[in-house]
Amino acid sequence: MTALQKLLGWVDDRFPLTATWKTHLSEYYAPKNFNFWYFFGSLALLVLVLQIVTGIFLTMNYKPDAALAFASVEYIMRDVDWGWLIRYMHSTGASMFFVVVYLHMFRGLMYGSYRKPRELIWIFGVLIYLALMAEAFLGYLLPWGQMSFWGAQVIVNLFAAVPFIGEDLSIWIRGDYVISDATLNRFFAFHVIALPLVLIALVAVHLVALHEVGSNNPDGVEIKKKKDPVSHIPLDGIPFHPYYTVKDIVGVIVFLMVFTAIVFFAPEMGGYFLEANNFVPADPLKTPAHIAPLWYFTPFYAILRAVPPLFGSQFPGVMAMGLSIVVLFFLPWLDRSKVKSIRYRGPIYKVALALFIVSFVGLGYLGLLPSTPIATIFAQVFSVIYFLFFLLMPWYTAIDKTKPEPERVTG
Amino acid sequence: MKRFKTILFMLLAAPVAALAAGGHSVPLDKAPVNVSDQESLQRGARIFVNYCLNCHAAGYMRYSRLQDLGLTEDQIKDNLMFAAEKPGQTMDVSMPRADGKAWFGATPPDLSVIARSRSADWLYTYLRSFYRDESRPTGWNNRVFDKVGMPHVMWDLQGELVPRYSKEGEHEVIERLELAKPGSVSLAQYDAMVGDLVNYLVWMGEPAQNQRKQLGLIVLAFLAVFFVVAYYLKKEFWKDIH
Repeated sequence: MTALQKLLGWVDDRFPLTATWKTHLSEYYAPKNFNFWYFFGSLALLVLVLQIVTGIFLTMNYKPDAALAFASVEYIMRDVDWGWLIRYMHSTGASMFFVVVYLHMFRGLMYGSYRKPRELIWIFGVLIYLALMAEAFLGYLLPWGQMSFWGAQVIVNLFAAVPFIGEDLSIWIRGDYVISDATLNRFFAFHVIALPLVLIALVAVHLVALHEVGSNNPDGVEIKKKKDPVSHIPLDGIPFHPYYTVKDIVGVIVFLMVFTAIVFFAPEMGGYFLEANNFVPADPLKTPAHIAPLWYFTPFYAILRAVPPLFGSQFPGVMAMGLSIVVLFFLPWLDRSKVKSIRYRGPIYKVALALFIVSFVGLGYLGLLPSTPIATIFAQVFSVIYFLFFLLMPWYTAIDKTKPEPERVTG
Repeated sequence: MKRFKTILFMLLAAPVAALAAGGHSVPLDKAPVNVSDQESLQRGARIFVNYCLNCHAAGYMRYSRLQDLGLTEDQIKDNLMFAAEKPGQTMDVSMPRADGKAWFGATPPDLSVIARSRSADWLYTYLRSFYRDESRPTGWNNRVFDKVGMPHVMWDLQGELVPRYSKEGEHEVIERLELAKPGSVSLAQYDAMVGDLVNYLVWMGEPAQNQRKQLGLIVLAFLAVFFVVAYYLKKEFWKDIH
């Protein structure tokens, strides 16, 4: 026995190091037929780590003070060694987080990864998505540019639309009658410590739940049903490490090529990742002509604007926006199909999913534009399709003509 | 079928129409930006400190950073620093902010990141679109930024432009600007000077941008090599999985 093995034994007697390694990596059996869409979970984890690490370094020079915040960001961009790189990695990382999370969620929709027994994985995932939206919104105030200020003003004002308590609620959130230094300070506190803790905890339970029931796969069949009689290892399962660790490294490199191409050659991404108006310091007396949220919020913003006000109150729109996310929680029980994967679904689900994606992307596009009557009509049509995808799901998935699932995964 | 086609047309036309509604009314000229052209940036820096820095600050930009443009500290001190003692100072303005507001109606904005908020093309067109307008307090107006508080600072270079109007329905609109009184340089020379100035403003918006692009190539090259290694590593591990 070498000294290293002795040390490991000493640790294992006191902490389940080897057991944890085995449960979650070397003896966690994942289906062998993961395809392209299965890269985005590990990539989301990578981006989370990137955001935390770059965020720590930004915090060292950023000043959460309404009088200093904008200048401190420019100080980071100009005078801090490699500050520009850290800042661009963080701003690009925010958008790329949503890119990988949207693709990860789309994977779940395609292959029925939310279905029994993975309901809790899905619910934890939706909670992660919610926390991520809060984290992104809070962080966007920190550069203290015009879009930071007015974007936050618009979003916090949504809470003012809640009947009876709305006005007080929005003042409670801001800590002032307008977005101010008090708001910036609390948003900073939530952005750098509260929400990251929530995110990490949710990611942990998301993974624990996943490793309890095992991963779904593009065929949507349970690999645990067919096990080797002697070893009790799923016949279609392979150890996550080394097989998927080496495969994910390839995915990570391809992702990093896209990521660094943006960071080094197009950090503003044509105004989608860093808006031009946010290079103007926040001015409470000057409302910009066009306030658009960042691209990852625009589908929900478009839903908000699509709903006409009732008795002069924006509350119905706010409700619709809230419901458009709440409805995701019910997805595992809305789907009544006999099969999980799109490979064995009938034409109705395929059309429904295609319409849903077109609507979601369409809403995202419309949310970027100033409101016009014709854009509003399109946003209304897309919003209705968005909700019908979920509300009619129990019916259309039940009558859809499915193909028989295979016994084993098909490679 | 006809209705379907109408819907399809609307589907395609709506975003285009919506986009057009939000556009600029005056078409912008393309700015000749090339932030790796050090000579152009040096000329732009000279115009900037001589013409802009009297009223506008560049409060996030240090004089010493001009060394990135191939200038020595002494060259910067002797030729470009009129309102600062040390090269480590930022490009502040000696005019009090309150005076600026009283004289021009608004405090002249800080120009450190102006190219990032306004865009190079907008600045290039704006700085070449001042015209005589006696109804304005300064005697100047601007075709891109109507009723702007800023007078034509470089009028001695460009000369005086006057508008030529044309009727568009009910309204009279400016069709073009014509040179009424020539300046000390030709219009083509003036355009080139503004081009240098805008080039400098773009560079000053992010002085690390040349370094950023150079580093980017190295990082991508590294990742490309790493990809080949990782790809064959994956292939090697997976050859017995069927």
